[in-house]
Amino acid sequence: MSRKEEKRKLREKFIEENGLIWLDNVTKVYSDGYPALNGVSLKIKRGEFVFITGDSGAGKTTLIELLFREIKANKGTVWVMGHNVAKLSRGKVAKFRRNLGIIFQDFRLLRNRNVYENVAFAQRIVETPGNQLRKNVPEILSTVGLPGKYKAYPDQLSGGEKQRVAIARALVNKPAILLADEPTGNLDPKTSWEIVKLLEEINKAGTTVIVITHDREIVNAMQKRVVTLKKGTIVSDEEEGEYIDEN
Amino acid sequence: MKIKTFFYTLIQGIKGIFRNKIFTLASIATISACLFLFGLIYSVVMNFQHIVKTAQGNVSVTVFFDEGVDEANIFAIGEQIKAREEVSDIKYTTADEAWEWFQEKYFQNKHTEGFPTNPLEGYQNYEIFLTDVSKQESLVNWLESVNGIREVKYSSVTANALSGVNLIVAYASAGLVLILLGVSVFLISNTIAVGISVRKEEITIMKYCGATDFFVRAPFVFEGMLIGAIGAGIPLVIIYMIYNNVVESARAKFPSLTSILCFLTTDEIFEILLPVTLGIGIGIGFLGSISTVRRHLRV
Repeated sequence: MSRKEEKRKLREKFIEENGLIWLDNVTKVYSDGYPALNGVSLKIKRGEFVFITGDSGAGKTTLIELLFREIKANKGTVWVMGHNVAKLSRGKVAKFRRNLGIIFQDFRLLRNRNVYENVAFAQRIVETPGNQLRKNVPEILSTVGLPGKYKAYPDQLSGGEKQRVAIARALVNKPAILLADEPTGNLDPKTSWEIVKLLEEINKAGTTVIVITHDREIVNAMQKRVVTLKKGTIVSDEEEGEYIDEN
Repeated sequence: MKIKTFFYTLIQGIKGIFRNKIFTLASIATISACLFLFGLIYSVVMNFQHIVKTAQGNVSVTVFFDEGVDEANIFAIGEQIKAREEVSDIKYTTADEAWEWFQEKYFQNKHTEGFPTNPLEGYQNYEIFLTDVSKQESLVNWLESVNGIREVKYSSVTANALSGVNLIVAYASAGLVLILLGVSVFLISNTIAVGISVRKEEITIMKYCGATDFFVRAPFVFEGMLIGAIGAGIPLVIIYMIYNNVVESARAKFPSLTSILCFLTTDEIFEILLPVTLGIGIGIGFLGSISTVRRHLRV
């Protein structure tokens, strides 16, 4: 067995024992002294669908940023797919992030590129061969329900369509984990539901999905695992949980 | 890195040029102006050096011999002189040839009956031409120490002036060009910094999608190099078009100086100016962009 193969097997064993994501007593204090997370421990298994809720300043976005190594923890260890993310070298961070798909409330699409190019952009970054790219992009646009919108520019799309393009871009490289930071925050209730249902479909196909949200109705209706943060600590973590009020 | 990725980043670099048109134009204009000045200075300096070199060819040292030194000894000394590295050529003039030349120049071969014998007897000499006038002093010192040589005649003023002017022009030009290049690097750096700030969002998305440092940085570096190449190309074309006209008009305006003003041809100038200017343009584009990218893109 090659050394690479051996490492991969050890990582798989680690994931089975500790989860695809494991925050081990993680504390994050920003340089201005603001304590965003305080001793948070959390395990998320492969294939789970998890809502992370909490009021503003609870530490939800900090948690997500720790997962894709945008920031580093001051204390504790963040394990993602068997990698201690704080120990990844600069060069390895890029390759590590290819395992994650990230979507945001404000979509973050490139306004000067059409739908096809916005999605193909992610494939070009990972150097997907041209023929594969030309097959993957239409396929994923079809999966997210945008088969006829290749040539449209972001400004010509509705909020829901923009978020679908963002999801397509996040998924086109087939990540193991999808991180969604308030994906329905800018959408009307009907479109929000469509997006959440789409995320559920993606989860059913095998992707681990973590969604930060304030949307009580969606959280309560979905009956998924709900992790609630308050002032940097986890106050509730329930399977088939419900949205917990701030007060 | 795959070739496809290389071309993709190259195309993104080209697109970047059109994204910030005003800043790009400002950078190209500044680099063009700097390199145009560089080209002008280079052409002037090279021509000046060429003219000086031609003039240096006419600067000579003359040596006269002690009484009683026979021709065999004189030729032996001549061989020693020829072997010196400072010497490009020597010309022997006998006493009779010297007198003939004198009569022709000053008496137009008239009124010579008053000189029954050669008054320049003992004035046979070597006229020594130098490879480089700055080496005249060392040659003169050596000549003065050679047995059989009575007198060494030379003009230190001419030699020093020619090599001095040559040096001053070279140093002043180098200083000016360095300052201009510094300004160009600063301007390219600013253009790239603006490009980065305009594309901050795109860079963030690239990072989140797992783009490598090369993928994020390369378009900006290509952009800088292309700006440098275009900035170098414009002055080269202009200098190529105007050089011959300037040379011709200088010759027409100063016909009496035609023998001194021996200019280099366009081909001779461009043999070095073309690769050097392009190299400098692309080089400052690379330096300006890579330093900015390293400073502003912590990916």
